[in-house]
Amino acid sequence: MDAESIKMLASAIAIAVSGMGPAIGIGLIGSKAMEGIGRNPEASGKLLVPMLLGMAFAEAVAIYALVVTLIIQFVL
Amino acid sequence: MISVAAETIFTIAGFPITNSMINAWVGIVIFLIVGLIVRKKASLTPRGFLNFVDYIIEALLAQAEGVVGDRERARKFFPICATLFLFILISNWIGLLPGVGSIGIWEMEGTERILVPLFRPPTSDLNFTVAIAVFAMGMAHVFGLLSIGFVAYISRFINIRGIFQSFKHGPMAVIVALVEFCVGLLEIISEFAKVLSLSLRLFGNIFAGEVLLAVIYMLTTAIVPLPFIFLELLIGAIQATVFAMLTLVFMKSMSDSHEAHAE
Repeated sequence: MDAESIKMLASAIAIAVSGMGPAIGIGLIGSKAMEGIGRNPEASGKLLVPMLLGMAFAEAVAIYALVVTLIIQFVL
Repeated sequence: MISVAAETIFTIAGFPITNSMINAWVGIVIFLIVGLIVRKKASLTPRGFLNFVDYIIEALLAQAEGVVGDRERARKFFPICATLFLFILISNWIGLLPGVGSIGIWEMEGTERILVPLFRPPTSDLNFTVAIAVFAMGMAHVFGLLSIGFVAYISRFINIRGIFQSFKHGPMAVIVALVEFCVGLLEIISEFAKVLSLSLRLFGNIFAGEVLLAVIYMLTTAIVPLPFIFLELLIGAIQATVFAMLTLVFMKSMSDSHEAHAE
């Protein structure tokens, strides 16, 4: 295994494995928001912005992993 | 392929000017033009374009007041957060215009001929996002300092005052105060983490969007890239909202007078 192939493997595994956590997190946030809207349909306008905010935070962790992948692939 | 660092186009007296800087200047010029137009034609009964600008500012102010809860402070924090929001929004969306990323100069690098694009969205450059993140957190600290005074500000991080105050409550309270002292020291590290996360979130989203669009344009053409461009529009708006909202929340929490310790 030379350095080039390990680099490719590393960058692929980094983003693939760390994509699972945020995906589950975003799904949970969405499901709770759906539940809230189901109980109280008038609150859907109020729920939208906090839900998007929460999703952006959860997604940010995946973005950190993406940055590491890009560093491994393009800089190292 | 697109490179992580912004490419230098030319240098002025040894200072490299990158393509994302050129786009940042374009964004600044847009804002200057809009600002000068609004100021010259401001009146109590706005019509047309001024009405639109008025609507945007009122919507943002209502949103800010909803987050902060306190009208007075919301107006104090509003200029910085709204400017950050609008500037990041325009910077993100500039990356979708035709010509950004594709108009460039062919250069020799090593042995191969690559295209150095002349324009690139400013927020896809890590320098820019780190700069505004440092600025936003710095302003949050400045607002905290100005609002609650130097002693209260320092005792949030280095909580010696809490230790002295707890002596009269008995030994249990002293131990709690010591633990809170260590927590306060950890808060300092968390401040740096906030700067890092603000900048990396914005950079990662917009840069990944650029790479995605470059790959899609390379693979397909005509109407097929359309959903991806919509995705980038949405992501640009969401990331600008997140950045501005977070800055607002940090400013609010910094200027809250001594938060209630868990009693």
